[in-house]
Amino acid sequence: MKHIKTLNTKKLQNTVKKGGCGECQTSCQSACKTSCTVGNQTCEHSK
Amino acid sequence: MVHLYKNNGYNIALDENSGSVHIVDELVYDILDAMSSDDFLTAEKFVSSHDGKYGIEETKEALSEIEELKAQGMLFTDDPYRKFINDFQKHETVVKALCLHIAHDCNLSCRYCFAGEGKYHGDSALMSFEVGKKALDFLIENSGSRKNLEVDFFGGEPLLNWNVVKNLVEYGRMREKEAGKNFRFTLTTNGVLLNDEIMEFVNKEMGNIVLSIDGRQDVHDRMRPFRNGKGSYELILPKFIKAAESRGQERYYVRGTFTHYNTDFAADVLHMADLGFKQISIEPVVAPPEADYAITEEDVPVICEQYDILAQEILKREKEGRGFNFFHFMIDLEGGPCVYKRLSGCGSGGEYLAVTPEGDLYPCHQFVGLDGFRMGNVEDGITDIALKDRFAKVNVYSKKECADCFARFYCSGGCAANAYNFSGDITGNYAIGCALQKKRIECALMIKAALADFE
Repeated sequence: MKHIKTLNTKKLQNTVKKGGCGECQTSCQSACKTSCTVGNQTCEHSK
Repeated sequence: MVHLYKNNGYNIALDENSGSVHIVDELVYDILDAMSSDDFLTAEKFVSSHDGKYGIEETKEALSEIEELKAQGMLFTDDPYRKFINDFQKHETVVKALCLHIAHDCNLSCRYCFAGEGKYHGDSALMSFEVGKKALDFLIENSGSRKNLEVDFFGGEPLLNWNVVKNLVEYGRMREKEAGKNFRFTLTTNGVLLNDEIMEFVNKEMGNIVLSIDGRQDVHDRMRPFRNGKGSYELILPKFIKAAESRGQERYYVRGTFTHYNTDFAADVLHMADLGFKQISIEPVVAPPEADYAITEEDVPVICEQYDILAQEILKREKEGRGFNFFHFMIDLEGGPCVYKRLSGCGSGGEYLAVTPEGDLYPCHQFVGLDGFRMGNVEDGITDIALKDRFAKVNVYSKKECADCFARFYCSGGCAANAYNFSGDITGNYAIGCALQKKRIECALMIKAALADFE
């Protein structure tokens, strides 16, 4: 594309079918104990 | 919905429902902006309303690229998740993470401590090995088929009760094999009692260690003194430098809090980076509005500017080969969490619980000691089912302020404790926190855009 550069190929819609296993890290156990930061958590299946 | 913004010379379009992030030129930026208020925009209409700024051919070309992304479900995507939310709420939740309050006591007297010098509105107390064992047993028994179980040793200051921490890790390692589980232990410490022996154990057994330090010495010492008023910076800093090195600069965070007194906190982050730390997290203080150190509405634009300064400096250092990781700008566009995680957030009161030294269960560490939030105890399990159900219903769709917010799938509705503290309702919101969260996400996406340019 000439006018648009897309940074990511994976779409959130595609995680509806396979997601929800719950094996990922709990967000507050990482480094934030006073805010909620979920978007930076990594899916266990992408490791 | 598409969230459009400009940052550091980049025009960014975030398709909220698909999570697709597009870097667009000025023409597409203006078209997307026009489309947000006109469902029937044509090339001719757009060109005539922009006073000759754009030609018809290039506009048609840009529109066809937009249409292509729409067809691929990457722009103006409808929300396909809302219809699943009722089923999702009915899922039986299992417990997968515990925050163990190993010590309700502290050897520092941090001015902003939400735990009230570690005591959480109660008496000082240390968790016994027996209570800790029951907590781990409770976790194993209530974790269903989840393999990975997380236990954070928290306080107060957990090193005041180090022997119990060690014994609980040993107990957990013994039980995980026969139970088919994998414990991931973490420790959060102020560093006062940290020594080589403890670090050796931590490096062997713990997946993460959070080291509390606020940045520059004057900033740190103002908020994190000993009981006698003396600052703790000089004592803890060499220990933290050594600890980070001993872990190869990985699997740890130096974590700080900034307040109204250091809204120029980018300097604190960079101070820690200059000291050689590679994993850094600094967060805005959560405080009652009447506290002198609380973040005010007037601070918000100042703090947002600091995030911009920090983002640009991070990029500069990355280019120079001396980058570092800032926790709140981390965003995983390709391997990030699934939508279920993004809907439900931190899982407090469900898959995540806090345990007091007495064995009482609370929705998370921030609710400990608050009236009406005791959920049960490690012996009998969760007994306040109504309270559990209230937390189970917290998600991005249960918070009205989240409905139109572009950040909803990144912060997942934010922190329930913050919401409660500022609005009196766990499904309320904390406006200052939201404003800062949105800014951090914008910066994080800009960094991704800039890094893609490097490649």
